[in-house]
Amino acid sequence: MKYKLTCQPGSSLQQLTGNWRNQYPEIDHEKCIGCQKCIWVCPEGICFLTGRKNKAGKIFAEKDLAYCKGCGICARECPVKAITMAKEAKNSNK
Amino acid sequence: MKYQSTFPHLYNPGHSACAGCGEAIAIRHLLTALGPNTIMTNATGCSEVTTTQYPLSAYKIPWLHSLFENAAPVASGVLAALKQKGLTKVQVVAVGGDGATYDIGLGFISALWERQENILYVCYDNEAYMNTGYQSSGATPLGAFTTTTPPGKNSEGNNLIKKDMIGLALAHRVPYIATATSAYPLDIQAKAKKSLEIVGPKYLQILTPCVPGWGYDPALTVELSKLAVQSGLYPLLEIINGQFTKVQKIKPVPVTEYLKPQKRFAHLFKDEAGQQVIAKLQQIADENIKKYNLV
Amino acid sequence: MKIFIGGLKAVAQTVANCQPQVISAYPITPQTHVVEELAKLKSAGKLTAEYIRAESEFSAASIVLGAAATGVRTYTATSSQGLLLMTEVLFNIAGMRLPVVMTCANRSVSAPINIWNDQQDSLTVRDAGWQFWYAENNQEACDLHVQAFKVAESTQLPVIVNLDGFVLTHLTEEVDIPEAAKIKRFLPAYRPVEFLNPQKPQTFGPLVGPADYFEIRQELHEDLIKSQKNTLQVGREFKKVFGRAGNTLIDGYKLADAQIVLVSFGSVIGTMREVVDELRAKGVKVGILKIITYRPFPTELIIKALAKAKIIAVVEKDISLGGQGILATDLKAHAGQKLKAPISSFVVGLGGRDVTKETIKKIIKLAPKATTTAVTFVG
Repeated sequence: MKYKLTCQPGSSLQQLTGNWRNQYPEIDHEKCIGCQKCIWVCPEGICFLTGRKNKAGKIFAEKDLAYCKGCGICARECPVKAITMAKEAKNSNK
Repeated sequence: MKYQSTFPHLYNPGHSACAGCGEAIAIRHLLTALGPNTIMTNATGCSEVTTTQYPLSAYKIPWLHSLFENAAPVASGVLAALKQKGLTKVQVVAVGGDGATYDIGLGFISALWERQENILYVCYDNEAYMNTGYQSSGATPLGAFTTTTPPGKNSEGNNLIKKDMIGLALAHRVPYIATATSAYPLDIQAKAKKSLEIVGPKYLQILTPCVPGWGYDPALTVELSKLAVQSGLYPLLEIINGQFTKVQKIKPVPVTEYLKPQKRFAHLFKDEAGQQVIAKLQQIADENIKKYNLV
Repeated sequence: MKIFIGGLKAVAQTVANCQPQVISAYPITPQTHVVEELAKLKSAGKLTAEYIRAESEFSAASIVLGAAATGVRTYTATSSQGLLLMTEVLFNIAGMRLPVVMTCANRSVSAPINIWNDQQDSLTVRDAGWQFWYAENNQEACDLHVQAFKVAESTQLPVIVNLDGFVLTHLTEEVDIPEAAKIKRFLPAYRPVEFLNPQKPQTFGPLVGPADYFEIRQELHEDLIKSQKNTLQVGREFKKVFGRAGNTLIDGYKLADAQIVLVSFGSVIGTMREVVDELRAKGVKVGILKIITYRPFPTELIIKALAKAKIIAVVEKDISLGGQGILATDLKAHAGQKLKAPISSFVVGLGGRDVTKETIKKIIKLAPKATTTAVTFVG
């Protein structure tokens, strides 16, 4: 058969959904307590622990903007308000 | 500075679920709990269409979509084949939305339960046929706007009560039954993991808010599903062999707090007839609180 | 091993000898004997397959779909209403290129409800992408099943083996059941190319858009056409191992010099052979073209076989309501432009109406003047 009927696992990475959004989360590394709430609630699953510690000794989180759709759940749910949603610049290159 | 994820989950981004999609949260945590030694069958619906647009796929486990109604029997066939191959440790999971579960696929699920097969069935419940444009399903709550139950001069939205799938599962003597929601992802993981300890059919129903279908600001997904639970309208339970092993206790909030942020209930706040529906919904919530000892 | 046995019981034993690994079916008259016999074999320990009692034909077909996608040999059986109920899954199985083998005990389609034989059921789903084979007698039915597994697995295209309900399924006659040991020599273990496997995860059944669907369907069609070669090859191999003719796509009886040719399929061929012999004795140059493989439609072979015919009468137990007999329509569409003879459509035997020698003789009488643009019913 010439045409493959199946898809490769995880290949959706080729679709950069980051260009959907009009706002994006900015994480304040110093405020972050590494509770992982943003990691759990992100629908895209692109928040992750950086493995680096802030001044308070907590491992802080960051997000992969290539896929972030700007829903704002992370900012809403962060217990220490370390995340703010910033407006996406017009015609910005990601 | 640009940060890049290592994409450690079994469900990759790049899928086209809406921003703020409750089901995307649920499915990822479900897969984390199940692990890579899993085969998943999936009904037609949001969880299939947003994730597997040829030639791309978000799933990193072996996954099959056949039709709208048959995720359950396809899973039965997968299980039987694995048994013949001696691969009894591979987990078989069937996933369907509320449309596939409550309506078109219900008979098939009943038979899977009757056959007592060792399969986990997960229903992600966004309370309507959201993928095709928010038409009503058997899971649509009373009073909700859907495109087939639009409110108007002669209607206050859906005039039918949400089907009781938990009751149906109990009647089938399903050994593991649980409800969960996107707001508590670790609870989803715990329940999925717990279900796998039981040999036999398992049913996990997850309330997954839908941004366009329910009509709300995408940032509120987690908050809204919390309110669904706190109002008593969506009790979070775990029932093992007919015994209630987990009941999420709540400090009840009036159902109006849950209904108000959602456009699909906005019409209920406009007139007396709508108020009567809200009262009926409050009654349903109060009955749940009593029935399941939620306080 | 030659024994005196009912048609479907013979098929069940043959299928069991082919060692399918997952079987699921739902009972419907007149298919019931095959599911009951398989259940007996399973409980007697003679069948090692998983045997899943489904709660509907849709479910049974879905179960074998899931099993086939997980890379094992699968089998199901049905009739009539059941076949129509699983139509969605039939298209799915073929579209996913899964080598399921199915028995269809041909029965009429409701309404009115009728449990007796005609060929309407199978022909109604002829577009699904399955290979459609028709047995003339119970020996051929058994033999076709053995070949079906081999052809399905080598072409990645499912096969339906059809036999007439009651007429063949419930007929007790002498059949040489293909033995398990011989089948093992002939039919290798199933080696799927791609299947559901945690060691090599793949996504099956994605949403395919306009950019890709067209070529995928085209390839399915072209592979179905190409499968004729596989069928003939497997048929030759079958003859070598079992000593009986395999699937030759079509067959002729006293066809070479026939002026009037009856084109048909299924058990009615048997009756026709007797009529042809009687009429030949009287000097009437009549012959039969028997269709064994209906899909893919063996156009080239048929054109060659009918090249010299002067009158072609298609005889079948089905009708495309509002049109003509389905085989007649297919014959005209595929081969009509290359054949000199007029082709007329005769419909017989609907709902189990007996097709006797008299029926066939009447058709042969009517054929020379019969209309070619409408159906002639001969009840």
